[in-house]
Amino acid sequence: MSIPFYDGGIASGLLSGILFGYVLEAAGFGSPRKLTGQFSLKDFAVFKVMFTAVLVTAVGLYLLRLGGVIADNAVFIPTLFFWAIAVGGILIGAGFALGGYCPGTSVVGVASGRVDAVVFVAGMIAGTAVFAYLFDPLTSFYFAAKGPDAQRLPDLLGLPEWLILAVLIVIAMAGFVLGSKLERARGGPFTAKDVCAPDAGTGAEKSVSHTTQAMKA
Amino acid sequence: MTTSPRPFWPPLVAGFALGIALLATFLITGHGLGASGFITRLAAQISEWLAPAATAANSYFGPFVKAGAPLASWITWEVIGVLIGAYVGARSAGRSSVQVERGPQTSRGQRFAYAFIGGALVGFGARLARGCTSGIGLSGGATLAVAGFVFLAGFFIAGFVVSMLARRVWQ
Repeated sequence: MSIPFYDGGIASGLLSGILFGYVLEAAGFGSPRKLTGQFSLKDFAVFKVMFTAVLVTAVGLYLLRLGGVIADNAVFIPTLFFWAIAVGGILIGAGFALGGYCPGTSVVGVASGRVDAVVFVAGMIAGTAVFAYLFDPLTSFYFAAKGPDAQRLPDLLGLPEWLILAVLIVIAMAGFVLGSKLERARGGPFTAKDVCAPDAGTGAEKSVSHTTQAMKA
Repeated sequence: MTTSPRPFWPPLVAGFALGIALLATFLITGHGLGASGFITRLAAQISEWLAPAATAANSYFGPFVKAGAPLASWITWEVIGVLIGAYVGARSAGRSSVQVERGPQTSRGQRFAYAFIGGALVGFGARLARGCTSGIGLSGGATLAVAGFVFLAGFFIAGFVVSMLARRVWQ
């Protein structure tokens, strides 16, 4: 039996999803105020959690490859289409700052009772449909500036993978230290008490009663 | 409400746990975690219910509906799993409550408008990028794919710029 198992079944999907959802919720990623706190520098959880997860997985995959457990090209690596992926990232960053979620975290928002997350999901469905019906005129942009298939940073930079991982770990550690300083200076980070209790509402004294009414509706 | 919600996990702990979950997903399936792929399939399915002929003729949605049920896919089960995992976590930690979460200066109606517009930008952007923060940013970044880091650069730069321009949405 070789690893990965390439199992695309129901149990595999449910297992991955349950772990993913449980951890995102525990990180506080069901809350749009905590998520967007990243961009007002009040809460660095998005940077810290994402960067840590990327590095844990990247180091894990590297060691498993070194140990011969998985083959070189065993896992899916996306290919760069520069303009589509850069502009797509920009639109998702903009929509995240305005709407408060990304696709995965909006599912966590729905699961933890946030009505605004349901509206966000409806917006995503609409945006996806607009894309589909504009796909013909967008096709050349969609495929423009294609990079080499499944290109990775070690290929691009011509540096050994261990060195890139080491540099990323140093950047992550610097980001943790700097981020913690910045969030403390701004009265952050957001706690579960701030964003999860039903009467926490908007976090402002004056609108508490209004929000509580909204909640009962 | 008399009980207070249990605290979130520290970011380092949550990051390690998310990394382990992502690594396990790679070893089980050969690919990473996602979310927007499900929204694409859901949008294709809704489009087919509303306009079957136009959907079948559409060059983006067409292939999803021609193959049969667009929602019959691993990513659908994964998103159902996310709902279950997040629901169980939120309920058991006292962090679940029906609310419209918004900034102190923002009315409910404004919050819904921002959520819909933001969602539409994200839905469109995720199709352009061939994935979202989970699929390209997190999972792509974890394979050290150049595409993942180009995506993350665009995501963070735009997030900071739009957040500065639209400060009053959340503050």
